[in-house]
Amino acid sequence: MAFFLETLIGGLMAGMLYSLVALGFVLIYKASGVFNFAQGALVLFAALAMARFSEWLPAWTGIENPVLANIGAFIVAGLIMFVVAWLIERLVLRHLVNQEGATLLMVTLGIAYLLEGIGQGFFGNDIYKIDVGMPKEPVLVLENMFEGGILINKEDFIAALIAALLVGALALFFQKTATGRALRAVADDHQAAQSIGIPLSRIWVIIWCVAGLVALVAGIIWGSKLGVQFSLATVALRALPVVILGGLTSIPGAIVGGLIIGVGEKLSEVYLGPYVGGGIEIWFAYMLALVFLLFRPQGLFGEKIIDRV
Amino acid sequence: MREIGDVILDLRSVSLAFGGVKALTDISFDVREHEIRAIIGPNGAGKSSMLNVINGVYRPQEGEVILRGEHFRRMDPYRVARAGIARTFQSLALFKGMSVIDNIMTGRNLKMKANLFQQAVWWGPAQREELAHRAKVEEIIDFLEIQHIRKTPVGRLPYGLQKRVDLGRALAMEPQILLLDEPMAGMNVEEKQDMSRFILDVNDQFGTTIVLIEHDMGVVMDLSDRVVVLDYGRKIGDGSPDEVRTNPEVIKAYLGASH
Amino acid sequence: MFYRENGQFKTSYQSDQQIFPIAQDRWAVLAIMAFAFVGVPFLVDEYLFRAILIPFLILALAALGVNLLVGYCGQITLGAGAFMAVGAYAGYNFLIRIDGMPMLAAILLGGFVSALVGIVFGIPSLRVRGLYLAMATLAAQFFWDWAFLRISWFTNDAPSGSVSVSNLELLGFPIESPLQKYLFCLSLLVLFALLAKNMTRSAMGRQWMAIRDMDVAAEVIGIRPMFAKLSAFAVSSFYLGVAGALWGFVHLGSWEPAAFSIDRSFQLLFMVIIGGMGSIMGSFFGAAFIVVLPIFLNQFLPWLGNLVGIHISTAGVSHAEFMIFGALIVFFLIVEPHGIARLWSTGKEKLRLWPFPH
Repeated sequence: MAFFLETLIGGLMAGMLYSLVALGFVLIYKASGVFNFAQGALVLFAALAMARFSEWLPAWTGIENPVLANIGAFIVAGLIMFVVAWLIERLVLRHLVNQEGATLLMVTLGIAYLLEGIGQGFFGNDIYKIDVGMPKEPVLVLENMFEGGILINKEDFIAALIAALLVGALALFFQKTATGRALRAVADDHQAAQSIGIPLSRIWVIIWCVAGLVALVAGIIWGSKLGVQFSLATVALRALPVVILGGLTSIPGAIVGGLIIGVGEKLSEVYLGPYVGGGIEIWFAYMLALVFLLFRPQGLFGEKIIDRV
Repeated sequence: MREIGDVILDLRSVSLAFGGVKALTDISFDVREHEIRAIIGPNGAGKSSMLNVINGVYRPQEGEVILRGEHFRRMDPYRVARAGIARTFQSLALFKGMSVIDNIMTGRNLKMKANLFQQAVWWGPAQREELAHRAKVEEIIDFLEIQHIRKTPVGRLPYGLQKRVDLGRALAMEPQILLLDEPMAGMNVEEKQDMSRFILDVNDQFGTTIVLIEHDMGVVMDLSDRVVVLDYGRKIGDGSPDEVRTNPEVIKAYLGASH
Repeated sequence: MFYRENGQFKTSYQSDQQIFPIAQDRWAVLAIMAFAFVGVPFLVDEYLFRAILIPFLILALAALGVNLLVGYCGQITLGAGAFMAVGAYAGYNFLIRIDGMPMLAAILLGGFVSALVGIVFGIPSLRVRGLYLAMATLAAQFFWDWAFLRISWFTNDAPSGSVSVSNLELLGFPIESPLQKYLFCLSLLVLFALLAKNMTRSAMGRQWMAIRDMDVAAEVIGIRPMFAKLSAFAVSSFYLGVAGALWGFVHLGSWEPAAFSIDRSFQLLFMVIIGGMGSIMGSFFGAAFIVVLPIFLNQFLPWLGNLVGIHISTAGVSHAEFMIFGALIVFFLIVEPHGIARLWSTGKEKLRLWPFPH
């Protein structure tokens, strides 16, 4: 039982991290109908910027305080993500208004390659560290309920907490602010939103910025866990089933989907894996999402699509 | 020449809703062989939805469709096409990436029998079939007077010509019933005259039964044998053009006194 | 000047429906084919065969398969590599498990198995499209990546996980030297390109394009989306399977699942986007471009770097490659979604009218 719970909690925490990447997908899809394959590349790019500037800033300024270095690097990386978002809107998206979903998807694949090339070309392609002082040691909890207690990774726990906070903040932003309302209007109907005077291009820059910041946070958490390296770009592929499961347009969907996939992966790997030779977690998530898709194409929380002719 | 025959298409108490929005409420009407039957009504009256029900694109929640004595709870697009019902679209629904010839050739699709392997080999049955149908398609191209654009990708054609190609694609099916969804929308007087002539010719020469949605009342009254009037998804009138013209409810709906 | 169709009157629909209706085009294509079969063998050294020509031929065949699905039928795929893998491993198993199985038969059977698998993974396309379909094809990619790595039956329990094929022969002739391999792949490519062209210019191709352009209208004229889409998946996967078997048997000789990873899938999709969606010719352009570009950059960038006094490392070249591919994808999708093939045909159009502007 304790082992099961441990696996379950591990899955939930991994799931929270998937949610964080999935959130980036959902934000952009909601506002622009673009299925952003480059979200993983954004995460890599942001993490690279963060990791490198936290090295470079102390070297340049001579201030050796790690907290200041991290804050500085965070600000610089955030600014860089803003510039990236602006460029993407300026150079790519504005030329593709009202294009088909498949075309937009392929374009983001191109953007992903661009970002990966530029990011690694500019920041380097080694494995870099991000150290924001996350505690690494595991803790035992619930020792009085189970024999031996349950082992929980503190780092995962904090990461999950940050993810939850970010999600809450975004939900507030969408519901309560004028910009948030404009974003939702754009999501519903580009042309209608434009006709009541919502500036489409500004909205898109904002939403890609927000997605960039989410990518930055995800990049920091994943990066401090696994190190910043090229494989970070592939977390997007891991988060894809999450979005499908949760529904492309739903923020809560991204969260719940992330948790389900996280738990499903861990449980299947532990209980099913040994029988089929292990390593099934990657495709298992996809199969889960795929089967689900056949019965409920709009996902758990997505809006039902009615085709009108 | 043409003589109006028995009922071949009969809709009984059809109701259709999208989520909570009712598009059609309890609509019944019939279509007789060889006639030109018009469906009119203000915007949003449910005219196109009506055609989509006949086509099987939409599935009504209630009612049934009777096609040549056969009862259907709902139609299926493939079966409808097989049964000889063709259709044009209000918003252009041509295959934009294909030439005029290829667009019209797709209308012959159900009549082509060569299998995939024969098509891949081409020489032999597939080529013979292709040539035979090409000849048929050229007849339609002649009929619609669009010889000069036969190789042009339809995406590049002006609106009026695209409408003609749309009609050509439907005619290529050699349909018994032809559903026309606002074939003259957005045309100038001259183009409307051309299109009216084509419709009358089709009806006259091939004996094709025609169900027509149109906004231009003059055209409708001139062309059609019987008219159904819809308003807000309900039927408010049905009869000959003259009867409909004098129906007080229809006048009210069109003059818009009450809403 | 010489590119005119004056005086070439068509007197039958048959002559109007030729693959190349303009006589000059026919001659040009015949000349290129003659050169490829007869001229190239005398002119080219082994390196060029191995590094450029053979990979180009095989990847062009694969790109053709992707183009039939993506360009003609409008169904996106991010799992093309998986179907190559299925073809390669299925072919391998036919070859080693059945005594006396001829190589060509094994390759074609690999293609058929791949077609069947393609149909299975195409089923979601009946319910979902666009983004969601992309996801289903990714599922295929990850599933088969895993299966060929972990299920040892597929690799005949090879301890290293890598499988190899040797002593290739066709009807008693050995397919060993680069030249023989080149001619073998070239023949298959020409044959399959012709078959693909025939399919796309007859009823099947029109059904695919109809589904791509306007699926509701296609349904209303009696095209069954299920049949059209699944047949596209089947044919496309067949091409990919054959290409995969060729890649394993002929090009690599021995291979691991990584040869058909998701990067391969993206690469094939890029070939189709850059080369030209919905164009047979475009598949060739795209494959040629993507095979040659990295080799070109490897030579050119360090040279350019030396010229301005910077050292450009191998990693730097590979980053530049990423950037250039990414930028080209974006460029073509925005400016010319029909790729190099459309640029080519626009150029020909201009040439026909030259020296008059219109």
